[in-house]
Amino acid sequence: MEAIRKIIDKYKPNFEKGGKYERFYYVFEAFDTFLYAPDLTTPVKGAHIRDAIDMKRMMNTVIVSMLPCLLFGIYNVGYQHFLALGQDATFMEIVGVGLLKVLPIVVVSYATGLAIEFTFSTIRRHPVNEGFLVTGMLIPLVVPPTIPLWQVALATAFAVIIGKEVFGGTGMNILNVALTARAFLYFAYPQQISGEVWTYLGGGTPVDGYSGATPLAVAYETSSNNAGAVVDALAHTNTVLSADFYSFTNMFLGFIPGSIGETSTLMVILGALLLIGTGVGSWKVIVSVFMGAFAMGLLFNAISANAYMELPAHYHLVIGGLAFGAVFMASDPVTAAQTERGKWIYGFLIGVLTVIIRVFNPAYPEGIMLAILLMNVFAPLIDFYVVKGNKLKRLKRATV
Amino acid sequence: MSINIKIKKGFDINLKGKAEKKIAESPQPETFAIKPTDFPGITRPKLLVNEGDTVKAGTPVMFDKMMGGIMYCSPVSGEVVEIKRGAKRKILEVKILADKKVEYEEFKKYSVSDIANVSQEEAIETLKKSGVWPNIIQRPFGIVANPEDIPRSIFISTFDSHPLAPDYDFLFKDQEANFQAGVDILKKLTPGKIHVGLNGNAEVSKVFAHTKEVEIHKVTGKHPAGNVGTLIHYVDPINKGDMVWTLNPFGVIQIGKLFLEGKYDCEKIIALAGSEVRHPQYYKTYTGSCINKFVENNLTDEHTRYISGNVLTGEKISKDGYLGFYDHLITVIPEGDKFEMFGWLLPTFKKLSFHRALGLTSFLTPKKEYKLSTNTNGEKRAFVQTGMFERVTPLHVLPTYLIKAILAEDFDEMEELGIYEVIEEDLALCEFIDVSKHDVQKILREGIDLIKNS
Repeated sequence: MEAIRKIIDKYKPNFEKGGKYERFYYVFEAFDTFLYAPDLTTPVKGAHIRDAIDMKRMMNTVIVSMLPCLLFGIYNVGYQHFLALGQDATFMEIVGVGLLKVLPIVVVSYATGLAIEFTFSTIRRHPVNEGFLVTGMLIPLVVPPTIPLWQVALATAFAVIIGKEVFGGTGMNILNVALTARAFLYFAYPQQISGEVWTYLGGGTPVDGYSGATPLAVAYETSSNNAGAVVDALAHTNTVLSADFYSFTNMFLGFIPGSIGETSTLMVILGALLLIGTGVGSWKVIVSVFMGAFAMGLLFNAISANAYMELPAHYHLVIGGLAFGAVFMASDPVTAAQTERGKWIYGFLIGVLTVIIRVFNPAYPEGIMLAILLMNVFAPLIDFYVVKGNKLKRLKRATV
Repeated sequence: MSINIKIKKGFDINLKGKAEKKIAESPQPETFAIKPTDFPGITRPKLLVNEGDTVKAGTPVMFDKMMGGIMYCSPVSGEVVEIKRGAKRKILEVKILADKKVEYEEFKKYSVSDIANVSQEEAIETLKKSGVWPNIIQRPFGIVANPEDIPRSIFISTFDSHPLAPDYDFLFKDQEANFQAGVDILKKLTPGKIHVGLNGNAEVSKVFAHTKEVEIHKVTGKHPAGNVGTLIHYVDPINKGDMVWTLNPFGVIQIGKLFLEGKYDCEKIIALAGSEVRHPQYYKTYTGSCINKFVENNLTDEHTRYISGNVLTGEKISKDGYLGFYDHLITVIPEGDKFEMFGWLLPTFKKLSFHRALGLTSFLTPKKEYKLSTNTNGEKRAFVQTGMFERVTPLHVLPTYLIKAILAEDFDEMEELGIYEVIEEDLALCEFIDVSKHDVQKILREGIDLIKNS
């Protein structure tokens, strides 16, 4: 261990001020601080001791919380592949296909994003931030397995540069970076991110009666064609694959087509438990998104003007990406509301908007993405009024 | 009206090396010092002595040109041996080689019954010239009070909840009469009340609980329960234009002694604590003492940081450095200038954290005593995590927003967000728990200076 430290210390002067590679100091520093927590000490006056936490550890916690979704996603991609083709496969074959599709997306996402991060840190002379380690994992989890890799690279580059670096880097961005990438794909290349893209078929022919439609698409189609209750339609979709393919339980467990990491509400809840248990993610945001979606679902049930509105409220929580978005995207501390009361309002409105967009907007079957982006924009406004409340309280006290 | 204050927010930092409640036999340090840098707000210190002059305890050594009349006096009698200056001839330390036996400047003595008859002018005049005035701190801004101001009320917190803090009941044992006399004098300085904060977490204080002519409040909860800022916030919060004064009990007792015994008595009991101290215990000495004698041959490791004050708000001094004017504690902790392989990733059982992110286990063992070093445990980052400062700040201020307003130098925002209510110690915990490792206290002081000088 000492030997590695010696090597780093030997080359360090080259990167420090006046050194040969001074330009690349922050690149060097990123690797150095990855291997070794630095020897920085506290200033002469002030707090002489500091908490054991740092940004790396916090971000690491978020990444670990996404692992259940990633691992399940890998399995599910393979599982859906063989299911649609009507072939039997061993566990290893399923995971093999999953890895083959998912790993390249993860690699491309990280490689593109980190390359940009390092470039910017060199040009703008700021430390490499850990934030992208989370974003780089989120992007693969919110795209379909069939996405072309160049699109992943392009979307990542767009999101990191336009979504984050132009604002000054991690901590300064207004929109969630991973969602910016997803939105970019959605509007730039709609063909590759809607329709029959959710199951990787690999050129094979799916079994008769197979439908690549996600539950959201089924719900929308049924409702707009006035073809009876959505729940019935879901129950009759893809029965050739399995009897209860779009049953509540199966959708909760996540053995359905969809974006790589979003299908399993169960795995998302595992991640949420870790985030909430460690306090890294705000439970207020997470819980209030679910509350908002459920409340709006109930309200629609009461109105029940069309079949989509009649969809039982709890279905909204397990279909589409609501759970994933609530736990991993809405709770992003940088783009969420930052006041405690604001977090409740912010989360609740995300839930409400998601269901409204789902039910009313024919162009966007999935509402969570736009709901979060919209509320990202409104979060500072919510905070403004919460903070104003705090200020007014202080003023009021003065006159007493 | 007495208030029972229960604070829920906050964080107790449980460190190794608490001082044992006994006073060590130790020779007195040879030198003592007055450090103008101890007094925030002092702008133009002007010396009244030269090297080689002899002084008594209570002889004026310097004063602030911007606030005439307030004398900063020698804590002991002896000879001025060195005036240490820094860049631009800034005065750093006035060192005094102490006599074996302390001689005192004589001030007028009063009996307990006389004190009631002391006029306000007489009281202020005596306080100013005798060296005790700098004990009076003004809020907002946390600077030495201006004798021409009239404070709305005066606050005294009678316990210290900082890590390794000395027990005030032990420090000020049997000083009830002096404390009462001090309070009686302070009473003349304000038309309002004198508020005394008692420790609700401990037994009823023998020294402070029976003080008369004051409002007694009980504060219960985690640190910063003992901060006077917390007490002010719940009893009589400060808005723009308001002013209150605060004192440490030591200052009140010193004032009491001045009037009862007619001398500027700087004798104080201090604690020596911290994980690196072999025998953490209490010492009897005088304000501004050199710490050398106390720490010599009393440490388990030499690569240490000496702090005058506590680990949250104190100041780093050298091994031959001097105790700060307001401090009753010397803390010695290990320097943390070491690299740690995968320090950010591996689980740690030896480090304390307010957070629970992966690998941080300290929340499982709340009673454990920690040995913490001065390592920052990470690099500086932009603000990312939110809502954390608010969880350790029991005041209705939003520290994150306040700090951001200061960074943006937005004066209106700073005022509206309550910069008048806080000084460094009130937000020290934010600095400790910050994921992004900001120097919160330094930023806050810059903001206070901006507002003060605007």
